[in-house]
Amino acid sequence: MPATVTTQLVEAPAEAAVRGSGVLRTALRSRRLIAGLCIVGFFVLLGVVGPLFFGNPNLVGTVQHAGPSAAHWFGTTDIGQDVFAQTVVGARATLEIGAAAGLIATVVSVVIGIGGGYAGGWVDEALALLSNVALVIPTLPLVIVVAAFVKNTGLLPTVFVIALTSWAASARVLRGQTLSIRNRDYVLASKALGEPVWRIVLVEIMPNELPIIVSQYLFAMIFAILAQAGLAFLGLQSPDLLTWGNTLYFAQNAQALSSGDWWWFAPPGLCIALLGAGLALINFGLDELLNPRLRVYREPRARRAARADGTETGQ
Amino acid sequence: MRLRYIGRKLGFYLVAAWIAITLNFFLPRLIPGDPVAVIISKQQQTGTVPLGEADQLRRLLGLGSGSLAGQYGQYLNSLAHLRFGLSITVFPTPVIDLVRQAVFWTLILVGIATLLSFALGIALGTVTGWKRGSRLDAIVPATTLLTAVPYFWLALLLVYLFANTWQIFPAQGGFDPALDVGWNGAFISSAIQHSLLPAITLIVASVGGWLLGMRNMMVATLAEDYVVAAEAKGLTPLRVMAKYAARNAVLPSVSGFAVSIGFVVTGQIVMEQVFNYPGVGNLLFAAVQNQDYPLMQGIFLAISFAVLGANLLVDLLYGFIDPRTKEA
Repeated sequence: MPATVTTQLVEAPAEAAVRGSGVLRTALRSRRLIAGLCIVGFFVLLGVVGPLFFGNPNLVGTVQHAGPSAAHWFGTTDIGQDVFAQTVVGARATLEIGAAAGLIATVVSVVIGIGGGYAGGWVDEALALLSNVALVIPTLPLVIVVAAFVKNTGLLPTVFVIALTSWAASARVLRGQTLSIRNRDYVLASKALGEPVWRIVLVEIMPNELPIIVSQYLFAMIFAILAQAGLAFLGLQSPDLLTWGNTLYFAQNAQALSSGDWWWFAPPGLCIALLGAGLALINFGLDELLNPRLRVYREPRARRAARADGTETGQ
Repeated sequence: MRLRYIGRKLGFYLVAAWIAITLNFFLPRLIPGDPVAVIISKQQQTGTVPLGEADQLRRLLGLGSGSLAGQYGQYLNSLAHLRFGLSITVFPTPVIDLVRQAVFWTLILVGIATLLSFALGIALGTVTGWKRGSRLDAIVPATTLLTAVPYFWLALLLVYLFANTWQIFPAQGGFDPALDVGWNGAFISSAIQHSLLPAITLIVASVGGWLLGMRNMMVATLAEDYVVAAEAKGLTPLRVMAKYAARNAVLPSVSGFAVSIGFVVTGQIVMEQVFNYPGVGNLLFAAVQNQDYPLMQGIFLAISFAVLGANLLVDLLYGFIDPRTKEA
């Protein structure tokens, strides 16, 4: 037995190195990434296909305040609406707002972070100050006040207001990264070769920051979904828009809590939490991929058993 | 060196405060129509409007007479004298009195809950990072889910479970309305009892973020040479974990603490709605529903200044726990 143990120990690392050589392989080994992709993929599918199966989710029914049953999986509301239908259809608008607001926030942060970091000088100073200030001024009260002042509750204003209050943190991260990249040899070389500025920024610098940008986008999406839910819950969104936050708003207004209709407010919040967790898991998975120090090495079971054998035989 | 660090930080927060104030100056310009007329007519429905209120309002909303610069000057003058006008919601109580009461409730609740959550998250993160690869790693997906939970939804769930179903905690308000408000034992214990559920909500919703951040930094720090050296010297594992790894791994969490204060306060604002807690969030919501512009402005400024102050404090503390920042 000891002989086979030794050969296994010698062979295994080499085998692991071969297996881990492909990025895709490593990606597929990251359980977090897989789990996150599955969760987010499920909700995206729900948002795209789900509404096709339900007519009008706001349709009033005769069965009111009913708990979950075979006919109504998530029960019904105080006026007999099917909560399951509302949850499925609500996925679409929720995802749309999250994706759009996250995208705008990310674009703004890329322009301000990378642009400022590359430009340097007083432009950089001013933009850095701007993002630091935007970071410390509490945004939701500002958004609430603006929403109340403007009385504009459509989809687009929501998206813009949320986006414009959530770009600062990632702009700061991107600026820091750009400052470190802009003086590397290959950037200096392309500068010396007379490449135009847009090409240096877009082709030389941006691709190197892509992982950060993707991760910031995922976080911005989580933030946007949470912010939208909060705003909707406070009644600052158009009630025509069917999102998970609005479902929660109606549940709260109809005293779902005191009448014990837990099936009304539990699913939308749980969906928000699950979706957010899925996005965060993708992020952590990517982090593990790109930052090997975070990766926790898991021994294959066979080898762990073999090592246990080895210690027992006094090796 | 230290003085320069403090001076630069102070300068930054002065600029931030000035921007918050200026934002507040421009906000009322977004109101369609004449806000002063709207406000006065609302106030007249509930009581007699004192003379000069219209003028005062105009100045406060940054809509005074003269040029833009002149209006700005009048607005700043009003703020400097803490004249925030009268509230519409509770007419004719001055805005400043309402805000002062609400800030008191929110500040104590958020302050204590955030500190507890931070301490708990750092402690748990240290241990899970230290024991990485063990069964404790199972805690990571669970906390990931928690960080994505909307505060107010968690509040709904907890109220449903602990106040409606099991009736362990009171569901609504910040104190028993039958009691006299004051510094007496019965009132304080009632206030504490009412604050437990909101505090638990805050802690549960925010502890995951601290835990994850700390765990990841611990994992990264444990790979550093000085940790390996400390282990090689034969120091006790507890000492290596606390004094070598955690001491350095906690730095990003502390600087992240400042930024997250704004996030926690934000969550708290919506959450207070669920508990009907007599804090800033509830007041802001009442103000929004009643189109109480002066009150909204007062609350926005109060929250901004509270968050900026907390940030400044953390930044200054950071200078002490990480001496390298002062030289940069």
